[in-house]
Amino acid sequence: MIRLPDPKSEILARREEIVAGLRRLVPGGPLGEGVISEPLRLRPYETDGLSAYRQPPLAVVLPTSTEEVAEVMRYCHRNGIRVIPRGAGTSLSGGALPLADAIVLGLMRMNRILEVDYANRLAVVEAGVTNLGITKEVEADGFFYAPDPSSQLACMIGGNVNMNSGGAHCLKYGVTANNLLGLKVVTVEGEVLEIGGGHLDAAGYDWLGLLTGSEGQLGIVTEVTVRILRAAEGARAMLAAFRSNEIAGAAVDAIIGSGIIPVALEFMDRPAIHACEAFAHAGYPLDAEAMLIIEVEGSEAEQDMLLGRIKEICGRFDPISLRVAQTPEESLAIWKGRKGAFGAVGRISPDYLCMDGTIPTGELPRVLKRIGEMSESYGLQVANIFHAGDGNLHPLIMFDANDPESFRKAETFGAEILTLCVEVGGCLTGEHGVGVEKRDLMGVQFTTTELAQQRGLKSAFDPQWLLNPAKVFPIEDNPVLAQAA
Amino acid sequence: MSGAAILAPESEEAVAAAVAAAAAAREPLAVEGHGTKRALLRPVQAARTLSLRRLSGITLYRPQELVISARAGTPLPEIEAALAEKGQHLIAEPPDLHALFGADMPATLGGIVAANLSGPRRIAWGAMRDHVLGIRAVNGRGELFHSGGRVLKNVTGLDLCKLLTGSHGTLGVITEITLKVLPAPEAVGTLAVPVPDLATGVRVLSAGLGSPYGVSGAAILPEGLAEHGLAGPVAVLRIEDFAASVSYRLSRLRAAIAGAEAATLLDDAASRVLWRRMRDAMPLGARPEEAVWRISVRPTAGPQVAERLRAAFPAKLLLDWGGGLLWIAGPATEEAHAAVMAAAEAAGGTFTLFRAPEPLRTAVPVIPEEPAPLAAIGRRVKAVMDPAGVLNPGRMRAGL
Repeated sequence: MIRLPDPKSEILARREEIVAGLRRLVPGGPLGEGVISEPLRLRPYETDGLSAYRQPPLAVVLPTSTEEVAEVMRYCHRNGIRVIPRGAGTSLSGGALPLADAIVLGLMRMNRILEVDYANRLAVVEAGVTNLGITKEVEADGFFYAPDPSSQLACMIGGNVNMNSGGAHCLKYGVTANNLLGLKVVTVEGEVLEIGGGHLDAAGYDWLGLLTGSEGQLGIVTEVTVRILRAAEGARAMLAAFRSNEIAGAAVDAIIGSGIIPVALEFMDRPAIHACEAFAHAGYPLDAEAMLIIEVEGSEAEQDMLLGRIKEICGRFDPISLRVAQTPEESLAIWKGRKGAFGAVGRISPDYLCMDGTIPTGELPRVLKRIGEMSESYGLQVANIFHAGDGNLHPLIMFDANDPESFRKAETFGAEILTLCVEVGGCLTGEHGVGVEKRDLMGVQFTTTELAQQRGLKSAFDPQWLLNPAKVFPIEDNPVLAQAA
Repeated sequence: MSGAAILAPESEEAVAAAVAAAAAAREPLAVEGHGTKRALLRPVQAARTLSLRRLSGITLYRPQELVISARAGTPLPEIEAALAEKGQHLIAEPPDLHALFGADMPATLGGIVAANLSGPRRIAWGAMRDHVLGIRAVNGRGELFHSGGRVLKNVTGLDLCKLLTGSHGTLGVITEITLKVLPAPEAVGTLAVPVPDLATGVRVLSAGLGSPYGVSGAAILPEGLAEHGLAGPVAVLRIEDFAASVSYRLSRLRAAIAGAEAATLLDDAASRVLWRRMRDAMPLGARPEEAVWRISVRPTAGPQVAERLRAAFPAKLLLDWGGGLLWIAGPATEEAHAAVMAAAEAAGGTFTLFRAPEPLRTAVPVIPEEPAPLAAIGRRVKAVMDPAGVLNPGRMRAGL
C-alpha cells in the first residue's frame, strides 16, 4: 500500500472555521451548496478511479467561476491548506485521491462552453466540461475534439489537461498536449494566468507544455482552449486475427512500414479476446492468440484502398481470420468488444488493476511472454489490451479486493510489469499518469538528480507544496512525505 | 556577441564537465550548434561559446516504431536524408533558414528543437515540440538529465521535453533528441486560389482547413506566384497523401470552396518547390539590411494585423498557418518594432523579433513580456535549471 502523509493537526483542529471561511467565498447557488462538509456527503469524493484507495477530505469546495477558484486559492494559501483538484474523479492512478487535511477543489460546476470558433478551429471551455461534451457541441457541424480516453463520457477536460490524456486514436491525432492552444490557470497564490490563447506557439517558455500532464502539481486549470478538427469523410474498421503475439506484432510493423498510418491500431491478446467476446458477442475469433482492430479514414474509395492494402499485408502473416467492415454498423460491431473491455474483464473478476506502461512496439512479444510468466507465478489472471501503433500497453490484472493478500500481489505484479516496461526502453505510464499509484516507482525511470530537478520545478510554482501533494514524487523526494516520515 | 573562445566537446560527459566548470567559475556560455541562428533573438553576452557541432550522429532509428534519435549537433539534412531513405519525414517540416540568417552551414537538430521551429505542416500536424518524445540534456549545474524517452506516449513526470523545446538553450544544453516521425506522403498537390485581399484569402484557408480533406498547408502569398502567372494575393492549400487521394481531395476541395472554381492546380513537383520556399520564408524577399519578425495570432486576425503593419511601415508579408503566422520584413527600426509589438498585442497573439542587427535586438524586447506572476515563476524555473545563470544569458529576455 502507498503511504500518505500525516495530516496537519492544526488544520484538522480548525476544520469548522475553515469550512465557514470557504462558505463565505463560495456560497453556492441553484446547483447547490458551494462547500460540502458533512461526512456522509463527502463519501463520493473519498476516492476516484483507483478505488482501492480511500480518504475523505476536510471539505469539498465547488466553485462556479475562475474568480471563485482564485478566492479559494488565496484563502488556502494564506492558511496553509492543501488542495486536491478534481474533475469527474475518473483518474486510474489516484490523481484525485484526497488527504484528510486537504480540501477537494471540484471543478465540475464549471461546465460552460464559452466559445466555438469554426473559422479558427478552436473552442474555449471551462475545466468541468466533459471530453465528449466538446465533441457533442460541435459534431453537428462535422467537427470533433480528437483525444478520446475510454472515460470520455464522464472525464472532464481539466483532468485531461492535467493527465495529458490519450485514447485509441492518438496514433494519428496525438494526445491532449498536441490538441491544446491555451489555458487559464490559477496559481497557488490565487493569481490568474492566461497561457497561450487562440494562436499557435507562443514565444517564451512553453508553459502550456509544462502544465499539461503536470497532475495538478503546478496550478488549477479553470479554462481550456482546445483545437477542434473537421472529421474525415468516414471511417471503417477491420479485424485481423493471428496465431501468435509475435506474428501479430510483425503484421503491425509491416502495416506501419508500408506508409499507412491507421487512425487506430488496437491489439488484444487471447484472454482479452475471450473476455470481450463473452461480454459483447462481437464475433471475435476464439481460436486466435492475438487480434488487431485497424481503423482507417477517408472517402469510401479511400477506405477501400487503404483497407485493401492492409488486408493484403495481413494476408502475408498467415491470419486465422480477416474481417473488413463493409458498413459503419459492421465497424461498430468490430469495436463493440474492445470498447467494452473494462466491463468485460469486470464480469470475470470483480476487481482488477488497469496498468498503463508504454513499450517500444517491437518489444511487444517479449513483454507479453514475460507478463504471461508473471501471471503464472503470481497466480493472477491478466488480459492485455494494447494501443499497438503507439506502444501503450494496458494489462488488466484481476484480483479479489476482499482478500488483502490478493490485492498486495496484484500491486506487486503491476509494479513488476511497469519495471519491465522501463527496462525494455519504455515508461511507467503512457496516459493514466503517476498519481499515487506509480509514485514510488518513479525511481525506476528517473535518477535522484532528475527527480530533484522536477521537484525544484514543482517548488517554483508551489513553494509550500500545497497543490496535490503526496503524489508523483516518491517518498524520499517528496518534502510533504519526508516531514511526516 | 558570441564568445570568441569555442568549446566543442565530443561527448555528453564532456558537455557536462564544461558546463559544471563554467558554473563554478560563473562564466557564461553561448550555447549553439552550427551558430546559424546567432541573429535570432537577443545577443548573448558570453566570453565563451559551447558548440554542440561535434556531438553529432544518429543514435537510433526504428522506422517501424516511428522514432529516430540523434545527437544535438547532427546537421538536419543528415537526419532528413536518413528518413527519406526509409520513406519517412520530420512531421513539423522544420525550415532551413540558413539563407535567411546568412549562415553558410545547415541548422543542427538541437538548434531547431531549441528554437521550436516548424514549417507549414505545423497547422495540421503540430510543431517540433509536439514530436519531441525524449530529450537528454545538461542543466546549468552541469548535471546530465533526461525527460521522456523513445516511446510515442509518455506522461511519466513533468514534461521537460516541452519546457526545453523553444527555451533557446537557456534552461539546459540539449545533447540528444528523440523524435516521432511519420511516413512521407507519396504525392503532393496544391490548389492556388487568386483572392482579392487577405481577408478573403483567410476565408479560403479556413474553408480548406475546416474541410474533411486533410489540408496540410494553408498559406497566402501577397505578391502572388509569378512562376505560375498568378498575380497576388494567392491563397494556397496543400494536400499530401497517396497519389489517388491527392487528386481526389484536390478536386473535392476546389468544389467545396467558394471562389476556388477557377483555381490553378499545382502538380507534385511544383508543389514541392512552392512549399519548400514557403517553409524557408523565401517568398518574403527580406533584404539583408531588413529586420524579420514573426507574429502568431488567431488566423482570422491575420489580415487586420497585416493592415496595421502596412499602415505603420512598408511591410513585406507572408502568411502561413491558415493566416495566423505572419512573416514580416521591414526597416530595422524601433518604430517598426513597436508597431509589430502593438499589432500582436492588439490581436491577442505573440511575436518574435526573428532577425535584426544587433543594436535593435539589444534595445527592445524580442518576445512579449510576461505578466508579473508568470515572470516570477519563470525566474524561479531558470534558477532551478541554471542557478549560476551561465546558459545563454540574455538570449530571450534582458537580465535572464
